Amino acid sequence: MALLEVSDLRTSFHTRGGVVRAVDGVSFTLDKGETLGIVGESGSGKSVTCYSLMKLIPEPPGRIESGTAFFDGQDLLQMSPKQLRKIRGNRISMIFQDPMTSLNPYLRISTQLIEALRIHTNIDKKAALKKAIEALEEVGIPGAAQRVNQYPHEFSGGMRQRVMIAMALITEPDLLIADEPTTALDVTVQAQILDIIKERQNRLGTAVILVTHDLGVVAGTCDKVNVMYGGKLMESGTAEQVFYNAIHPYTRSLQKTIPSLQAKGENLYTIAGLPPDVSKPIHGCAFYPRCPYPKTGAPEGDRPQLVDAGDGHCFADCRFCDSSAPIETVLPQKDAGDLAGEELA
Amino acid sequence: MLRFIATRLLQGVLVLLAIYAVTFFLVAATPGSPFSSERAISPEILAQIESFYGYDKPVTERFVTSITNVLHGEFGPSAVYANRTVTQIIGASFPVSAKLGLFALAVALGIGIPVGILAAVRQNSWLDYLPMSISMGGICLPTFVMGPLLVLIFGLILEWLPVAGWFGWEYTILPSLTLGLYYAAYFARLTRGGMLEMLNQDWVRTARAKGVPERTIIWKHCLKGGLIPAITFLGPALAGIISGSFVVETIFQIPGLGQWFVKGALNRDDFLILGCTVLFAALIVVMNLIVDIVQVALNPRLKYE
Repeated sequence: MALLEVSDLRTSFHTRGGVVRAVDGVSFTLDKGETLGIVGESGSGKSVTCYSLMKLIPEPPGRIESGTAFFDGQDLLQMSPKQLRKIRGNRISMIFQDPMTSLNPYLRISTQLIEALRIHTNIDKKAALKKAIEALEEVGIPGAAQRVNQYPHEFSGGMRQRVMIAMALITEPDLLIADEPTTALDVTVQAQILDIIKERQNRLGTAVILVTHDLGVVAGTCDKVNVMYGGKLMESGTAEQVFYNAIHPYTRSLQKTIPSLQAKGENLYTIAGLPPDVSKPIHGCAFYPRCPYPKTGAPEGDRPQLVDAGDGHCFADCRFCDSSAPIETVLPQKDAGDLAGEELA
Repeated sequence: MLRFIATRLLQGVLVLLAIYAVTFFLVAATPGSPFSSERAISPEILAQIESFYGYDKPVTERFVTSITNVLHGEFGPSAVYANRTVTQIIGASFPVSAKLGLFALAVALGIGIPVGILAAVRQNSWLDYLPMSISMGGICLPTFVMGPLLVLIFGLILEWLPVAGWFGWEYTILPSLTLGLYYAAYFARLTRGGMLEMLNQDWVRTARAKGVPERTIIWKHCLKGGLIPAITFLGPALAGIISGSFVVETIFQIPGLGQWFVKGALNRDDFLILGCTVLFAALIVVMNLIVDIVQVALNPRLKYE
């Protein structure tokens, strides 16, 4: 049985400007120890998907409209606040985008590190503190025994993100949700943080959902990939399937935007236009207005459903453009790991 | 930290000296003298009185004498109330004012802060709207309206509480409320604002993601930061409570220092004015120092410097 089985998740925000359908029917599964990457542009619903799983969406204005998310056989979305609190920080942990604001500046690192342990396990303060120091050492913070008593403002951005990782993993959760954990960090630190997440994941056997808009990161770290656009999945499959045999025009366009895959001296490729306004109804394919492929018809009807191209490689069958048209192959055939390395260098 | 307190105390002494000097020369520059009255006094007697109080000397010399006396802890005699020194007058009336001020502060903090926290936690519910509308009213009502209003309701209509005087605990209730409610309204709004800011921080989401119960989020994660705006306002609030006590002491006929201050100004009782001014200034200096110390204790990003 899969560790996490999400089906038809719909989350919307009821604002004065209308109903924003941030996540509009997303389904995926995740096995123990697996890494799932969720990629897409800003506003595609990546983060909201994750927050919905943890029920961290502020309600109102947010609302989880429908769907199920079975985690180890229990539906997260139907849980009472009390049941959820037992899962949060214990079996599912989360790392956030901005380490500068995600730690409480008024509390010592030690207090924040041991908080989840003290809530979820019967550990005494002394033992918890010892564990906290170990956790800091494991994420590579020098002088952990002294630094544990400091406040967040005495740490740099990269160090804070290490603290966040240590804090999230201190209870040895089954699932770690990392919401753009490297976006706010500078490039050299990004690689270190990803290495630490991977290393801890291998050690603890944690499943990871990695939200990012960096395709290189996904190629280097993930087993499975979900490509999101306008609140829906556009394509999903193993990292290999999605990277080397991309079907959907959106995925292919995204690949073309990877800077390190473009010839030196040329202008960087961008996808023209803006992501769709999900507060308005979308007919046909959400990517249609920006799609670089030859159009074969006007977009109409419901948004296309995912179809299986074989081996679990799914894509939104758009039918409104000729995605079989010849494209310049933008991906040189090389190892996915190298790709990540180059992206991060 | 000791160094910080010592520096600040030293600065405080300088501030007080400056205030004393400014007040002294302003009073000296005011037309008339403490000894002019409707009754005609013979020039010989007037000259004798002036020489007794040192008013026959030039103003700079008087200043030196007076500040030397003050540094020795002696504020001089009252120029109007014969046989009473300023120290005696303050000694008798200040405890009354201090009691009133403390009760008023207790009312302000005891009502304002819990109401503010509750309004923030239950934002956009009636527990938020109702207290916040009342507090808006409270801020708009000056003490000289609030006082008589309370007297009218609780003293004259309901006849629950005495309307004036200063004899037992029941006499302290209406004056403390009059003085304190206004600041309770301020503290409620400031605390609500501070708490709301904290509750919308990213790290509250982090805490929720760790499974921290809502109650712990409020008390452990948000209270320290949420109280900072209210604590910052403590200094000005104390100054306001002290100066507001003049009005309240008059409304309720309380034998406090505020009345003496007003009488001193009206009677041109130079020494009494100076004594009261320095005392109030010292209170505010000390209160601001305490506020700064509490600020640093609450916010780890601040340091004693």
